[in-house]
Amino acid sequence: MATLWFWIVAGMLAAYAVLDGFDLGVGILYPFVARTEDERQQAIRAIGPVWDGNEVWLIAGGGTLFFAFPLLYASSFSGFYMPLMIVLWLLILRGLAVELRMHFADPLWRSLFDGLFLFASSLLAIFFGTALANVVRGVPIGPDHYFYLPLWTNWRTGPNPGILDWYTVIGGLMALLALSLHGALYLVLKTEGDLRLRSQVAAGRLLPFVAIATVLAIPATVLARPDSLHNYHENPTAFLAPFGVAGSLVSIAIAMRKKSELGAFLSSSVYLIAMLCGAAAGLYPVLLPSTSPAMASITIANAVSGPHTLRVGLAWWTIGMMLAIMYFCVVYWLFRGKVSQYAQTYGH
Amino acid sequence: MDALTLHRIHFAFTMTFHYLFPQLTMGLALLIVVLKTMALRTGNDRYNDSARFWARIFAVNFLLGVVTGIPMEFQFGTNWSEFSRRTGGVIGEPLAMEGVFSFFLESAFLGLFLFGEKRLSRFAHWGAAFLVFAGSWISGFFIIVTDAWMQHPVAYRLLPNGVYEVTSFWGLMMNPWAWLQYAHNMCGAVVTGSFVMSSVGALYILQKRGGDFGRIFLRLGVTAGVLSCVAQIFPTGDLHGKYMAKNQPIAIAGMEGLFHSEKGAPIVLMGQPDVEGQRIDNPIAVNKVLSFLIYGTTAAEVNGLDAYPRDQWPSTLPLLFYSYHIMAGLGTYFAALMAVAMFLLWRGKLYTTRWVLWPILLSFPLPYIANTAGWMTAEIGRQPWLVYNLIRTSDGYSKHIGAGTSLFSLLGFLGMYTVLSILWILLVYNIIDEGPKSTAETATGKTLVNALVNA
Repeated sequence: MATLWFWIVAGMLAAYAVLDGFDLGVGILYPFVARTEDERQQAIRAIGPVWDGNEVWLIAGGGTLFFAFPLLYASSFSGFYMPLMIVLWLLILRGLAVELRMHFADPLWRSLFDGLFLFASSLLAIFFGTALANVVRGVPIGPDHYFYLPLWTNWRTGPNPGILDWYTVIGGLMALLALSLHGALYLVLKTEGDLRLRSQVAAGRLLPFVAIATVLAIPATVLARPDSLHNYHENPTAFLAPFGVAGSLVSIAIAMRKKSELGAFLSSSVYLIAMLCGAAAGLYPVLLPSTSPAMASITIANAVSGPHTLRVGLAWWTIGMMLAIMYFCVVYWLFRGKVSQYAQTYGH
Repeated sequence: MDALTLHRIHFAFTMTFHYLFPQLTMGLALLIVVLKTMALRTGNDRYNDSARFWARIFAVNFLLGVVTGIPMEFQFGTNWSEFSRRTGGVIGEPLAMEGVFSFFLESAFLGLFLFGEKRLSRFAHWGAAFLVFAGSWISGFFIIVTDAWMQHPVAYRLLPNGVYEVTSFWGLMMNPWAWLQYAHNMCGAVVTGSFVMSSVGALYILQKRGGDFGRIFLRLGVTAGVLSCVAQIFPTGDLHGKYMAKNQPIAIAGMEGLFHSEKGAPIVLMGQPDVEGQRIDNPIAVNKVLSFLIYGTTAAEVNGLDAYPRDQWPSTLPLLFYSYHIMAGLGTYFAALMAVAMFLLWRGKLYTTRWVLWPILLSFPLPYIANTAGWMTAEIGRQPWLVYNLIRTSDGYSKHIGAGTSLFSLLGFLGMYTVLSILWILLVYNIIDEGPKSTAETATGKTLVNALVNA
């Protein structure tokens, strides 16, 4: 049961990474690939009806984490206090920027909102990558299962890490690159005209960097936390994840050459999912590793909720997810096709 | 200030600011569904135009509700980690359900409702409006279930590792406290929605602009207003108060400022509690009414604060007393104003009676104050407990987060929310100032746009 909930939470966070990932990526790229006001509106319209729903995966995933693994929620949210507060402020700014842009007709204010959207989207991508790298590297958990991490210490991994060190910064930059690529492929898929052409060029340039960063990430992870190979030795099926990563990178390249827009975007989604699976497979059954051998890690065994909570949760979660997936199908189906480069009036 | 106080202010401030938005959107969502229904039934496009106008105000408030709501879920973990660790197995459940059952629904259909009117049939668009309404009211329910468990814990057991878990899902959902509080709270949201709608209606009539929109807004606002204001006092407020008297008698004693147990206890309408001297200064009181309100007989004895140990008294007693009295006082004023307005509406004189239109115009901020005061009554009344009789507030906060760190993020939120407030007032003022557009105007505007695009 606890293992099932581990994969449910991981799955919801993966859904968040894939879905909100592309609108974060659009936020990072659009000031560069969309040059005229019409193109910027086109880019915003390409994510407008869906970004809020995508972000709900973070909220729903967080809520599910809260009730399935209360100790992990309590320990990690308070331990990462500062970066989380910054993430909250960035989420506020980003939501305002994308929605309020259309309320202001003056180009000056629109450029301000463009800047805010770029700023918040980029930093969020970096923060999420850094967060994942922190979880993989581990944190100095105390005897009461709590910890508090400063933003930085000496930029080294080891017994006294900060939230930012050489490894987690690599994680952040990697997320920035991967989500930019993901966003570029989404724009290629959903738009037409010059915006699409420039997004295609951007995707072509980003892909090699993403590939290089991915290759570098493996030795970096082994250096940062040697234990992470343990599960791979124990259970060779875990190797599916790195093969998935490599396969999806190749498949992005092939799909782009064959001009298969959907294929490239889906391959990039598989890439993100495989990366997260690789990290999760390396961790399981640990949820948050301790950097000190003397202290216990937070594992699914010591963090999981009571049995009745989990059983009841599975019933409503299944129903709720079926409904949520149905809503997503309705929305994405109604929103199918390409977003025109000409300003179209919505319902009013 | 110590860390505990700062964590409490942190949550109280971000929560209070957040709830300014949902109380309006939940109330408005219902009124918009009523407008859409009237449009369907009468075929009168004025109702659709009205719904479109209120949808714009709804959208701005909804956005602010979303962006200020996300920090709430995070703050359980960041600032109240010990509370989260112990109770996540219970309250994590309704919180996760809110995301899964309500936020997905709202986020999917809000876009369709706001931007899909041209693409959807009239019935499908009504459906989108209804689902947005349903989503926002479901969301409110799960939050109330969470709070109700903290006020009146039911259906739980303590596991050996010191954490709580649910023993009965339906027990948690059917917590009587939750349903009473939900009824009372949702009436409060409709009061806010009705007052805002009536106020804009009164504005347009007093300004002699907007054609018949002012009258439509005022008619619907006052009708929904009088119903919700009365239901707010009786039965929802009355039943909630009685249930509270049974389960949180100390909170009632604190709210009423009753320091000493008394037979035929009086109700204090106004006064200033002096906690040291254990009395009310400058009281305006009516004898025996409190006994009657709680027990239905004027002779009943009501326990005062002196019946309970001092360490169980609500920790900020004067604030509790004032919150409750502001809520109850404003609630009485709302019912009176709306009753007068309803009478005039029935007699056909409301649209020309300026001495009533003016107070309606100026009263729109008051429901926000009353709703906030009501929540403060509930939450301060629960003190010193975080979960009533189970976890003290002083045991629930994140011990690893220092006072300085908490103050840093509190100041950050204060600054951020100041900017949000300014944007909010600016945007809503612009929409109200621009006013609703009739279908005819929109149609010409649209051809103009098409002509420009095609040129």
